[in-house]
Amino acid sequence: MSKLPAFIEQHRTQLPGNIASARLCVDREQWIEVANAMHEAGALLLSLWGADDRDRSRCFAVYAAYLLPDMLLVVEYPIHVKTAPRYPGIATLFPSALRMQRGVYDMLGIGVDGRNADTRGWLCHGGWPEKFFPLRRKVDGSQQFAVGSEPYPFVSVEGDGVHEIAVGPVHAGTIEPGHFRFSVVGEKVLRLEERLGYTHKGVAKRFEGLTQSEGHRLAARVSGDSAVAFSWAYCAALEAITQIACPARATDLRALALEHERLANHLGDLGALGNDAGFAFGLTQFSRLKEDLLRANGFAFGARYLFDYVTPGGVASDLPPDGSRLLFEQYSVVEDSVSKLRSIYAEHAGLQDRFREAGRLETGLAQKLGAVGLAARASGIPLDLRVGHPWPPYDWLAPKLIVQSAGDVAARVQVRFDEIFESLRLCRALLAGILAGSIQIPVPPAEPDLLGVGLIEGWRGPVMIALETGPDGAIRRCHAHDPSWQNWPLLEYAILGNIVPDFPLINKSFNLSYSGQDG
Amino acid sequence: MFDVLSRMLRTGILTEPLPVPDDSSPAVELQTELQRILGRALCIRHVDAGSCNGCELEIQALNNPYYNLEGVGIKFVASPRHADLLLVTGPVSVNMEEALRRTYDAVPDPKWVVALGGWGACGGIFGTSYASRGSVANIIPVNFTITGCPPSPTSILRGILETVRTPLEPSGTLSRA
Repeated sequence: MSKLPAFIEQHRTQLPGNIASARLCVDREQWIEVANAMHEAGALLLSLWGADDRDRSRCFAVYAAYLLPDMLLVVEYPIHVKTAPRYPGIATLFPSALRMQRGVYDMLGIGVDGRNADTRGWLCHGGWPEKFFPLRRKVDGSQQFAVGSEPYPFVSVEGDGVHEIAVGPVHAGTIEPGHFRFSVVGEKVLRLEERLGYTHKGVAKRFEGLTQSEGHRLAARVSGDSAVAFSWAYCAALEAITQIACPARATDLRALALEHERLANHLGDLGALGNDAGFAFGLTQFSRLKEDLLRANGFAFGARYLFDYVTPGGVASDLPPDGSRLLFEQYSVVEDSVSKLRSIYAEHAGLQDRFREAGRLETGLAQKLGAVGLAARASGIPLDLRVGHPWPPYDWLAPKLIVQSAGDVAARVQVRFDEIFESLRLCRALLAGILAGSIQIPVPPAEPDLLGVGLIEGWRGPVMIALETGPDGAIRRCHAHDPSWQNWPLLEYAILGNIVPDFPLINKSFNLSYSGQDG
Repeated sequence: MFDVLSRMLRTGILTEPLPVPDDSSPAVELQTELQRILGRALCIRHVDAGSCNGCELEIQALNNPYYNLEGVGIKFVASPRHADLLLVTGPVSVNMEEALRRTYDAVPDPKWVVALGGWGACGGIFGTSYASRGSVANIIPVNFTITGCPPSPTSILRGILETVRTPLEPSGTLSRA
């Protein structure tokens, strides 16, 4: 790793967070300089967001969160203008910034410099006026507007025999809405362009109307399949700001819930992937195991899906007296069944024929695009916050890093199998070593104008909450970041050269969140 | 192949009996009931109008071997034109309003509409805002709501049962607002 510019070392201040974090306030030149230094250091752009601080310091602000091997660096650039704020875009260095920059504009009207910027609405589809920026301070979020229709210029591919296939936003299954525009020749995909934002329901604006003690409930609903990850990230940020240490038993239970969330999603995906490749047996077997686990959740945690389990200061309920024994039994069933199913999958020629080489994303490209989470690990990128930046209890659990290098559907399947076994190991270690004690500690309202971050490796990848407090226990600003922001663009590359009928399989192998991205 | 077959045999049939529609009425055989009302399978088209994807997970669970929805003659279809019942989740996001209206229009009359989940049923934690129209009933006529965040597969099943047991009033195509 190259050395960082001196001003970063000198001026960075400590930032409350569940992993080592620092904050750096920069001017316009330094914003570019830091981006360049981060790019050179091989840092990952974790998130980009903005804020309207004109009521407090007469400026707008953009924030970039970079993940370095030893810490998270949040860079803040205050833009001292009254209207039409602009900042230098960083998408040439970090391609994943492109959509986030469009999102920042739609929410706050803070635009990037340059004539070549993509100015198409990302989250705004014409459902509110062009100059209505919901996250600006004085804007009343409850206003309603008539839907205007706005044409969206997709990039078109021309040439002999090229035609387009438009899919969505309503898809042919029980899945979330989004639009895919394929340019194809015959059945081969030349280009895929995604258009997302359909499930944008104003999460960030809604946070501003909530108190600090209820924000975790909304965080859990940013993306329902990652409810534990998001609510833990929120609580971690709030607890870091208020300097409250969660009781050890509660921390262990949170990790147990997070690993259950990982297990449930991986089991569901492995079944669906088998099914998408024409192996219905796989869906039946894995969906049965997933249902068993959800029922065990109901018994152990009080709900099948753990939306309101992680609360500020702890968790909502303790394990029932017989909980550990039942969970250990459940883990044995899952482990035994999954290892048998794994060999059935491995030996099924038809299945492997569909999985291998399909939707391949090579390491170099994945790195360049800023891939995160499960998809990155399947493309040979050794990135897992639980391993690289462990927070309690992962510091003593020491999870094993699971990596595959092929980057195809088969690799994403293998990562899921391996992570199931590793999660089971972690769950057993947690239950065996769990300490007695309280599961909840009161969290007082935080002082106003404090920023904190929570960073949790959910089943899909790193989930981040950046929380800024307001007066009297209110939330001033809460930015929730889903790893799907980074990973949706990967799919546009992974599909290239594949055939249209393989799209559902390749798409499922990433299994990204629409709601998490749309916010 | 031997492994697959032996695993199937060892797993056996896991399907559970259907839930009772409500506490007062006796358990009914859903399949018989559907035959009586429709004379064929019930086809459901699901639309996510802005949900957090929690409800989707529980709808998907209905197809697992425990609930075995297709086994009793209920299936999810790919096109609204093949559907008898529209199952809508989420608060209706402004960006999905038009798509939801069009999907509703594409379902042939007469049709049922069921709003699902805390948000679909009443707007939930969101209510209405610049980006959310709140509950499904604010946009299209709704016959039945199933609450819960997310509702369990059992309560979804119970809700579908109650919906099909109510006499169906022909619902016209919603005029464009």
